[in-house]
Amino acid sequence: MEAFAALLDALVYTRSRNEKLRLIAEYLRATPDPDRGWAMAALTDGLDFKAVKSSTIRNLLKERVDPVLWTLSRDFVGDTAETASFLWPEPLGETGPPPTVSEAVDALSAMTRANVASELPQLLDRLDSAGRYALFKLATGGLRIGVSSRLAKVAFAQAFDVSVDAVEEYWHAFGPPYLELFAWAADGDDAPDTAHIPLFKPFMLAHPLEELHVDLADYAAEWKWDGIRVQLVHVAGETRLYSRSGDDISATFPELLGALQLPAVLDGELLVRGTAQGGETGGAASFNALQQRLGRKTVSKKMLTESPAFVRLYDVLSVDGEDLRGREWQHRRTQLEGLMPRLPDSHFDLSQLVEARDFDHLAEIREGTRDDAIEGLMLKRRDSLYVPGRKTGLWYKWKRDPLLVDCVLMYAQRGSGKRSSFYSDYTFGCWNGDPDAGADLLPVGKAYSGFTDAELKKLDKVVRQTTLNRFGPVREVERTLVFEVAFDSVHESKRHKSGLAMRFPRIHRVRWDKPVHEADRIEALRKLIRD
Amino acid sequence: MSAPFSWIKPHPHGVYVEPADCWIDPSRAVDKALVTHGHADHARGGHGATVATPATLAIMDLRYNIRENITPVEYGETVRLTGGVDATYIPAGHVLGSAQILLEHAGERVVITGDYKRRADPTCPPFEVTPCDIFITEATFGLPLFAHPPIEDEMAKLLDRLAAYPDRCVLVGAYALGKAQRVIAELRAVGHTQAIYLHGAMEKMCRLYEDFGVDLGELRMVMDHDKDDMRGHIVICPPSALNDRWSRRLPDPITAMASGWMRVRGRARQRNVELPLVISDHADWFELTRTIEEVNPHETWITHGREEALLRWHQLHQRRARALAMVGREDEDD
Ligand SMILES: [Zn+2]
Ligand SMILES: [Zn+2]
Repeated sequence: MEAFAALLDALVYTRSRNEKLRLIAEYLRATPDPDRGWAMAALTDGLDFKAVKSSTIRNLLKERVDPVLWTLSRDFVGDTAETASFLWPEPLGETGPPPTVSEAVDALSAMTRANVASELPQLLDRLDSAGRYALFKLATGGLRIGVSSRLAKVAFAQAFDVSVDAVEEYWHAFGPPYLELFAWAADGDDAPDTAHIPLFKPFMLAHPLEELHVDLADYAAEWKWDGIRVQLVHVAGETRLYSRSGDDISATFPELLGALQLPAVLDGELLVRGTAQGGETGGAASFNALQQRLGRKTVSKKMLTESPAFVRLYDVLSVDGEDLRGREWQHRRTQLEGLMPRLPDSHFDLSQLVEARDFDHLAEIREGTRDDAIEGLMLKRRDSLYVPGRKTGLWYKWKRDPLLVDCVLMYAQRGSGKRSSFYSDYTFGCWNGDPDAGADLLPVGKAYSGFTDAELKKLDKVVRQTTLNRFGPVREVERTLVFEVAFDSVHESKRHKSGLAMRFPRIHRVRWDKPVHEADRIEALRKLIRD
Repeated sequence: MSAPFSWIKPHPHGVYVEPADCWIDPSRAVDKALVTHGHADHARGGHGATVATPATLAIMDLRYNIRENITPVEYGETVRLTGGVDATYIPAGHVLGSAQILLEHAGERVVITGDYKRRADPTCPPFEVTPCDIFITEATFGLPLFAHPPIEDEMAKLLDRLAAYPDRCVLVGAYALGKAQRVIAELRAVGHTQAIYLHGAMEKMCRLYEDFGVDLGELRMVMDHDKDDMRGHIVICPPSALNDRWSRRLPDPITAMASGWMRVRGRARQRNVELPLVISDHADWFELTRTIEEVNPHETWITHGREEALLRWHQLHQRRARALAMVGREDEDD
């Protein structure tokens, strides 16, 4: 447990991605089975102990520490697990040695709501403050240390010099502590046999199309839908749904699991029913509506009836036991079209191809897509095999031109990593009326990309020279600078005072020349809502 | 006869000693001030007369140019004030020159701690427990979560990190008066003999410490050197310079900070600190409460810090206490 606790603390204080990878890889190499497997499960959010909740910890502490002192301390620290790790009274007399991670996991899994109050303290008494912190974080999940499950898998691949695609593919075949995975990667055993398991297959991804002209004889065009990319896998009677990052999201969209009853691996866009986005068998709702259903581990009946999910299919990776990833796109497309009658149209439709005379005609069609709340177009080489990751020249995403609006810089915050000495995160606003008649700026978004290093230096200087107020790492600046901000869409939001929130805002151009009173007004931005 | 202790009056901007017409650590200019130590929230310029230890007076002179109407008092020395008040300066173990002030009048004893700690510090003599009737204490780290680790552990963390990255430097943010010099002296104490680089704002205070006999070893100024000279070295700067443009001249610095607040992970993350060093010049919770038990006063008055929790502790231990709500004393040790 000490090594795991040290790893968590090191990760808490590390901002650089490479350094995080190095720390995790080092831990995985130095730690024996099954501890390292449990640690990986914790890092990839794969652990859940029903008996231990944040309230369990709070109650345990309030039995041992004066409640007033507990509350004052908790308020100061802001994190229950951390506060409890500090305030847990050091045990009197002899205690056992610190538990290993797997010992702790075994003990936590065996705990029930009835005995957690007597069992958990026995573990805590054997740990120091850092160990108690790690145990609480392990027990309650949600480490919040800036490590995604993808990052942990990349670290695993780096630690043992294996391909991260293979790690992704095998990952879901095994539960923690992933002994088979470590046997293969760390000890050189044969690759695991996964034929009978509904495994995630790494996605084929697209490059942005930049100032490129493609020949439509070589490339097919499809709409790019504004949903989430998913993979639906059915093997040996079991169906699983995976997200773009390879996370198993079956529980979030249970209605899709029963809908696929034949052995296949399907690639498509998950959407919920609505009217905003047209398709073959009816419309889909905007991304906003889909967002209501994301990230939930359980779904209410109401949600299932009000916002049912379906998948708009655009590729098939295998069907009836035949792996199609080695076949050309054209072949896979024909297979997919042939497959459609075997799939219930309540839960599946086919992503339509966009027919155009030539590239210019396609560009014209693309121009008209904004009204349909479609993200743009996909261009797929007709002879492209299904290869994981992003290979140049095979698939392109050709997003419709972004929406643009002129905003005024209001606040700036220091960046992280290499940028930690620069004010590189910007909050900007639009006018809530006529600026010459005394209108105010209201924040509408935040961006930290879209400018060159030279521009960043210049922006940093402006921020420092025009600072009005400091709030910790944030500076409020005089309203002197206009940004032309690009964004994908804008929708209503209660979180912002302006009532609006942008998706994917980035700095398109710094308008050094533009006077601030000429920046856009809130109502101009509001007109761009397409919900 | 007047009521007990009516001669000592707490005000938001300092403690007033009526018979002697003087103030302890006043936060605004007064005719006569008795100052515990040189930190800006205790020592201000512009007083008519100032009574403090020679080191504190030197620090105040460096900051506020005070040469006139000063009365130096050595540790253990008693000065007779007007109105029959005696003031004795006693080591507080906080920073160079820091003192508790014992006031005696009409058979009553009051101790004002200023800021203090109970750990050994190579730059100043240790805190002395002084029995009294009223104990006027700070409570900067007055929450039970604050337990400062042994400084040897923190020095080991710092030197381990330095050794692991010979091509980089470790930039330690440390308060310019006290913390910086203590970190340097503790590094010397564990045998770190390499040159230590300083931010320009640190130089004068370090020289002052040396003038008072604190050996800080070889110090070099960052501005006099190239990036490459500093690889594998420790650089010390004020906390405000940690994420500033100034740090761009350093060789890929690892950001460290020496402060008692570094105990809390969120505090370190907030400041982009990669290597938190839990080093404090204040008493932690256990030292605060132990000190009160050892001094065993009739009543405790709390000047500044986390007074709610310390008041609660008094209540739980059937001790008398009150919070003075002094103004202008921010979170120190930073
Ligand atoms: Zn102080
Ligand atoms: Zn103070």
